Amino acid sequence: MPTFDRRLLYHFDWTVFSLALALCGVGVLSVVSATWGGSRHALDPLVVRQLVWVGAGAALMIGAALLDYRVLASYAYPFYGLAVAMLIVVAVAGHSTGGSRRWINLGVFNLEPSEIAKLAVVLVMVRYLREDPPKGGWGPRHLVIPALLLAVPVALVLKQPDLGTGLILMLITTTLIFVSGLNWRVMAVLGLAAMLAAPAAWRFMKPYQRERLVSFINPQSDPLGSGYHIIQSEIAIGSGGKWGKGFLKGTQARLNFLPEQTTDFIFAAYAEEFGYIGTMTLLGLYAALIARGIWIARHSRDRFGALLAVGFTGVIFWQVAINIGMATGMLPVVGITLPLVSYGGSSLIAMMIAMGVMISVNMRRYLF
Amino acid sequence: MKRFALRERTRGTPRLGPRIAALGTMIFIVLGIVAGRLYFLQIIKHRDLAQMADRNRIRILRLPALRGLVFDRRHRPLVDTKPSFEAAIVPEDSPNLPVTIAHLQKLLGVEGLEKKIDDADDQGRPDFEPVIVAEHLDWPQVVALESHQLELPGVNLQVSPQRHYLYDSLAAHLLGYVGEVSLKDLDRLPDYRMGDEIGKFGLERSLESTLRGDSGGQEIEVDAVGRRLRLLREIPERPGDSIVMTIDLDLQRTAEAAIGDRTGALVAVDPNTGYILAMASKPAFDPNIFAEGISSAAWRELATDPNHPLENRAIQGTYPPGSTFKIVDSIAALMDRAITMDTSFFCPGGIWFGNREYRCWRKQGHGHIELHRAIVESCDVFFYDVGEHLGVDRIAAWAHALGLGRKSGIELSNERAGVIPSTEWKERRFHQRWYPAETLSVAIGQGYVAVTPLQLAMMAATVANGGTLYQPQFVREVDALDGAVVKQFPPIVRGELHIDPKVLDEVRDGMIGVVNAPDGTAHAARLDNIIVAGKTGTAQVVKEAQGVRTKETALPMKYRDHGWFIAFAPADHPKIAIACIIEHSGHGGSSAGPVVKQVMEKYFELYPAQNAQPAASAAERAVSEHVEPLDE
Repeated sequence: MPTFDRRLLYHFDWTVFSLALALCGVGVLSVVSATWGGSRHALDPLVVRQLVWVGAGAALMIGAALLDYRVLASYAYPFYGLAVAMLIVVAVAGHSTGGSRRWINLGVFNLEPSEIAKLAVVLVMVRYLREDPPKGGWGPRHLVIPALLLAVPVALVLKQPDLGTGLILMLITTTLIFVSGLNWRVMAVLGLAAMLAAPAAWRFMKPYQRERLVSFINPQSDPLGSGYHIIQSEIAIGSGGKWGKGFLKGTQARLNFLPEQTTDFIFAAYAEEFGYIGTMTLLGLYAALIARGIWIARHSRDRFGALLAVGFTGVIFWQVAINIGMATGMLPVVGITLPLVSYGGSSLIAMMIAMGVMISVNMRRYLF
Repeated sequence: MKRFALRERTRGTPRLGPRIAALGTMIFIVLGIVAGRLYFLQIIKHRDLAQMADRNRIRILRLPALRGLVFDRRHRPLVDTKPSFEAAIVPEDSPNLPVTIAHLQKLLGVEGLEKKIDDADDQGRPDFEPVIVAEHLDWPQVVALESHQLELPGVNLQVSPQRHYLYDSLAAHLLGYVGEVSLKDLDRLPDYRMGDEIGKFGLERSLESTLRGDSGGQEIEVDAVGRRLRLLREIPERPGDSIVMTIDLDLQRTAEAAIGDRTGALVAVDPNTGYILAMASKPAFDPNIFAEGISSAAWRELATDPNHPLENRAIQGTYPPGSTFKIVDSIAALMDRAITMDTSFFCPGGIWFGNREYRCWRKQGHGHIELHRAIVESCDVFFYDVGEHLGVDRIAAWAHALGLGRKSGIELSNERAGVIPSTEWKERRFHQRWYPAETLSVAIGQGYVAVTPLQLAMMAATVANGGTLYQPQFVREVDALDGAVVKQFPPIVRGELHIDPKVLDEVRDGMIGVVNAPDGTAHAARLDNIIVAGKTGTAQVVKEAQGVRTKETALPMKYRDHGWFIAFAPADHPKIAIACIIEHSGHGGSSAGPVVKQVMEKYFELYPAQNAQPAASAAERAVSEHVEPLDE
């Protein structure tokens, strides 16, 4: 571990740090609102836990920032192995709710290894892709190992089933391979193959996943069934209007018309109460964080740091796009959290650590 | 500063910088699309979606108002509401619905409850909204439900008001009935909802807006599963107003009992106001069966009954007035000076006109006869001559003036106007000219002439009161629930006929003779202590063949003539005027006469006549040569 340098403190990236905390603030506010019961006007235990996680996450973010990101390269494969092991534990002895096994019960809290897997996959891909690509970019034979590294955790999360995390893992890997120098022709062939494979994917879907897809294409086909979530979410967002109904005044979330209102559909609960002004503010916070991430990637001193920044920025972006796209009815319903905002310890802490790593990359561009 | 990642490399090797830039561009395009979508939902579609959010959470419950009561003229209730019990089930509250339904069906002894729940669900029943599965439960069913409440989770006993006609079929045609509002009515009545009760016939229909009141409502906030959370707003219902009728319960009962099982109608009015004291039409129906939800089979049976029990014969039945029409002839002839009181005609038992014989009912004839005796003995030949002298149009003018052949203006739907023929009418109706011979038939109230019992009652009232034609009314006042008078219905004059009092006296004298003279045709209607004036009539159902005189009782029932009797009493200051028809009963004096007598007797028992009270003297009324145009 390289020695600690005092200069680091001057270069600490307050932009990423404060944007992350601001998003956590929006999250806590939304969780308060979404759990504010009609009869009991008190803070829900969920809010208290979320606050604890924000605190722990902030500490871990600072810790990650202080750690020289370059050492991560040597831990990439062990960490990946640990994540896969945890996914196997989930598959064997996981704690299940609502028909899917996603958690490991650690007594104090339930750990969601899918969230760890996102970090691990970014890290292991960046570790592999940090080498300079050959002339013409990565060819098919360079992609065998990343494909295998991706396939194992994806297969395990799809088994849970957790379509959302599987999708994110695939998207982030694709993003990293593209940015790190994929051959254009290979990219075109892969794109075409993916399009041809889409109908085959239908065969592997579970009935509820197919239902979601059908009701996404036509929500009115089953307004009280699976289309219900999309319709209610759109109603919640739209009824917020320009200024919103006001904090704690949303009826869609309060009266339980919204499903999963503290996690996957927290955006709708937020949008109902804070309106267009609120959603633009939230979108602005994400845009700023993403822009900062891209800036960090472009100014990084090495490929490893640059790709780490691209990877974590990509995780944020894909989750935001899919989650809001789903809540606004542009994408089918998949269980993906709104990063740093949705209720949930594993997701929140994983994202805070990722932001910490990004700060670390930025801090150390002056050092060598 | 040298940048490791962006350093110029061998040609063809991808560089990190441009790729990151490409990624960034793609990301911001996507975020732009997301922002656009949010603009669409939150700004452009905001109004629609906000409405949908409210519709989600607010459920409107309607509280229908209690329908107003109906009283007779002495404030005795005729129609009220009684509790009706119904079984309702909230399927979401029953853990094992099929078992609950099976148990409920066994207890109530009914079937097909599942289908009712399915139907309600098909019509978009929100969760936690009860479904009414059985209505109009009888007492044993109510007891069975009550005592098995614990075994029936989700099942509730509900009470709803049901229209109740206290005396069953009494005055059924006048009171009418209520039923569920029809789809057609729903289109034109914005205040009504599916399943609402609405007056369908009679008073219930005419005074629907008075009786109905205003329904109230509750706005209730519900959660996503439909559980009621709190009351947001409540508008209390306003009960309907009560109606005080002009009819007398006892008189109505007497009238209906007097007609008995025969087919016919009777209208009794107060000649000084036009208020209806009794209006009977037989056969009748029991309006309660409509309130209980009539089955389609029972409805078909009522609607296709050959005796037409749903028809209010008092206003919908049109019959030839027969000899009662001679009152019109008499007034017309005297007023238009076609004859004088002393003019005498010779009745040989029939006269020849054209190539046909017009007979008098009395085969041997009446000999030399003048107006008074002609009314008393109802000589046909006398009035043939009168008709010939007058011509049909002058008869028609007076008949119209006396309210015949046109709607009386009573506040009931489906009233029929009847027919008073004239040359103009025949031209319009048949495009034919009038034949003088037809005037003879008209003169004795046959041929095309058709009137309703109500019209004849109003004519009798007009003769009785000295020449004022009133609009018949059956409502005296509208009262609020606390008894305060909301609205009163003063008498409405439709026309002043300005008939010479001497003419009226002459006609009345004749009518007194009809009842009281030894040769009078309605001796059966005589009262001991009160002088009744009347006139009999026979409405021919089929024309007799030439030269044949058939004995009435030899004919099959449906070809027998209808018997009429119209009357008023006391003759000098009349308090009641009546018209009565008994279908297929032959001579009016012997069939309708006793019915009228019973009603008269009852009336004077209930409202004893004050002998000292002089009638509004006919002499005080203006004398006029002509008939004033009537306002209709």
